[in-house]
Amino acid sequence: MRKRRWGWALAALTMAGWSLAACGSSSGSGQSITLYNGQHEQTTDSLVASFEKATGITVNVRNDDEDILADEIVTEGSNSPADVIYTENSPALEYLQSKGLLARVDPSTLAHTPSRYNSPPGDWIGVSARVSVLIYNPSLIAKSQLPTTVLQLADPRYKGKLAFAAGETDFQPIVTSVAHTYGKAAALNWLDGIRANAGGHIYPDNETIADEVNRGAVAFGVVNQYYWYRMRAELGASNVDAEIAYFAPHDPGYVLDVSGAAVLKSSKHQAAAQKFLAFIVSEKGQEIIVHSISFEYPVASGVATTQPETPFDQLQPNSITIPELGDGSTAIALLKQAGLL
Amino acid sequence: MTTIQELARVVEVPTKAAPARRRARPWPLLVGSGVVAAVLLAPLVFLLIEANGAGASTIAHLIWRSLTRSLLWNTVRLTVVVTFLCAVIGTLTAWCVERTNLPGRHVWAVLVVVPFAIPDFVVSFGWASLSTWVQGFRGAVLVMTLAVYPLVYLPVAASLRSADPGQEEVARSLGLGPLRTFLRVTLGQARGAILGGCVLVALVLLAEYGAFEILGYQTFTTEIFTEFQVSFNVPTASALSLVLVLLGIVVLGIDAAARGKGRVARTGPQVQRVTQRQHLGRAKLPVLIGFAALVGLALGVPIASSVYWMFEGGARALSGVSILDAGWHTAFYSGAAAAIAALLALPVALLAVRHGGHGGRLLERSTFLVLAMPGLVIALALSYFSNHYANDFGYQSAPLLILAYAILFFPLALVGVRASVAYAPVNLEEVARSLGQGRLAVVRRVTLPLVGPGIAASFCLVFLAAVTELTATLILVPTGVQTLATQFWAYQQNLSYGQAAPFALVIIAIAAVPSFVLSRYFDRLPTRATRLP
Repeated sequence: MRKRRWGWALAALTMAGWSLAACGSSSGSGQSITLYNGQHEQTTDSLVASFEKATGITVNVRNDDEDILADEIVTEGSNSPADVIYTENSPALEYLQSKGLLARVDPSTLAHTPSRYNSPPGDWIGVSARVSVLIYNPSLIAKSQLPTTVLQLADPRYKGKLAFAAGETDFQPIVTSVAHTYGKAAALNWLDGIRANAGGHIYPDNETIADEVNRGAVAFGVVNQYYWYRMRAELGASNVDAEIAYFAPHDPGYVLDVSGAAVLKSSKHQAAAQKFLAFIVSEKGQEIIVHSISFEYPVASGVATTQPETPFDQLQPNSITIPELGDGSTAIALLKQAGLL
Repeated sequence: MTTIQELARVVEVPTKAAPARRRARPWPLLVGSGVVAAVLLAPLVFLLIEANGAGASTIAHLIWRSLTRSLLWNTVRLTVVVTFLCAVIGTLTAWCVERTNLPGRHVWAVLVVVPFAIPDFVVSFGWASLSTWVQGFRGAVLVMTLAVYPLVYLPVAASLRSADPGQEEVARSLGLGPLRTFLRVTLGQARGAILGGCVLVALVLLAEYGAFEILGYQTFTTEIFTEFQVSFNVPTASALSLVLVLLGIVVLGIDAAARGKGRVARTGPQVQRVTQRQHLGRAKLPVLIGFAALVGLALGVPIASSVYWMFEGGARALSGVSILDAGWHTAFYSGAAAAIAALLALPVALLAVRHGGHGGRLLERSTFLVLAMPGLVIALALSYFSNHYANDFGYQSAPLLILAYAILFFPLALVGVRASVAYAPVNLEEVARSLGQGRLAVVRRVTLPLVGPGIAASFCLVFLAAVTELTATLILVPTGVQTLATQFWAYQQNLSYGQAAPFALVIIAIAAVPSFVLSRYFDRLPTRATRLP
């Protein structure tokens, strides 16, 4: 009979859980917006906390990969619960723009950012930037032995030494850039070459590359610069043996990616959503990004990065523009053709 | 009366003698089972609709490209090797615990089960964060074997405990040595349980994502995720998922074929006789070392590395998320899902046990296919139906997530509920009725006390699995809510090991409670193993 009572206790507990949850789910008064966040959670979290404090507007954050979020928005259509989307790279925003799902950003907000980092029609705004670099383990490869151009990544002498993340959204702009400069056929050849060089070192994301290079599982890999800084912050500088190296100035592999945000046309809280955009490119918002664990370059409001990062104006990226980077579909098609996706 | 024991019985050969009398099928039961089957089939319907939308040529192109071959090779070789290793480890440990004079076997019986409660992605995190050796194929084999061997151990141990010791005694008396007795008699008796455990292991491996993502090992499931994430190509992701479902059918087919020959039976009344335990003798020390090593690897490493990173990793915490909040939501979603899954399993189990037949059996086995579908697919299916046919009803809300958990882990619930229903023979209810009890009184005084513990154990199994669920959660979780698994994942993905570790430890702590309850049930077994003929 003891067991029977136990079963009843369980049922009672479950019931209690239901009723408690029902009480908890009723939200408080005041305005609120929903943010689909593809940026790193810690950074967004600091931005949101500060925004809520300053405006009294509550922000509900939904975290996931930017592609998933962008496509959820497409699927949801005019019923989308999202008011704002914030991504790590421009292609997801360009994709939503091409579907006509984004609202125009307030001109006064757009004025905070150099226009080359915004969507040309003004449907989304650039918030921060990052560049692609090589991360390498000095005990496995000397800096002088590293490739200096993106095409050299496919050189057979790097067989077994290279790592990259074919499925990572940060990698697509590099593929787009190579195809833009050398043509699709050459890009496909190049992809075949780097696939052969990477062998088993094709990882799911940049974090894994940074980690595996640091631990000596592979000699070097292609990542965005801030992963290395983040890793040093997370693990402590003494635990990080890996170093970073830049591609030759203006090389097609040296790509500057813009992280941006947009308000959805379907949003029923346009004013509050626009306020959020204005906030993240304001001086206060950009300062938060500088001091967050993201280590991305703020692009608006004249805020500069602090040490140890290479100053933004000393970077020498390739001249490919945001419309040329597009929505990433060319890169995805090439990656599929090469059997990498 | 134990679920664990019944796990063995369910996955074992169906006994012909069980349904003594077949009665007219009651419509409520049929309708109830039909509804449950329809809910479980919904994801499959979604896959067919989506894959159909992709068009035959796209699918053909997708399936015949070179990547598919390497995915197939990766998936199949991993499944075969890990399933084999789990079969060996699970069977040997079960035999040592159940049939030998292994010192401290009551403690070992609990310790070897607990690794099942640790999420696979925590185990792989534990290993991968400590050594670069653990990656790719060898990493996947090591981590998955350590994470899922209890799925073989549990049914085999239960089966050994309830098997007729007489056969072994006869074999010995006819001159067979201990080793040959083990190989020819004991293994034969446990064959059904071993196969059943292997099926669970194989299906779970097909759908695993988190661990392989961390270890950098590509399988069909990781590719489905990439397909979905990079190009949000639901049609192609669906076509690949159908391949996975086919592989699941192959696994069930192999199982059915292997079961076909011979069957296990026991003579006499179903009352347990105490089995004479084998003396380990000089093997005692090596066996003890083996057990210590297994528990150390499967349990010690993930816990130790979580604790290590908790103190070692320095990073900033998220202000908005508290571990308590995430823990509460995790426990609530999992608890509700476990209750619903057990409830849904009831009509199916009643139909299969009390009314038998090929139809009931087929329906029951087919629900196992759900295990071969990645959580992502089931989550997508539910979102799809909500968006297209229900005017967004329930979209990104707790009920839909809970339903997804209930569907995902329905087979685990069915295993336990079916077993407990088998222990509540219909004649007992008839006797109670004939003695003048009302219908409700019979349910309350006879059926529930008999069925209740098994249902509670099913509840625990589903709860365990749901606490560690990640991929469906990421899609369906209400905006602004974090569960322990999603939060662990977010930190782990950012290499914030120091922040991820406490979440791993809380997951282990929450999951340890039901697994302790499960192993306690198991331990009480011999005194309870009586049932009416």
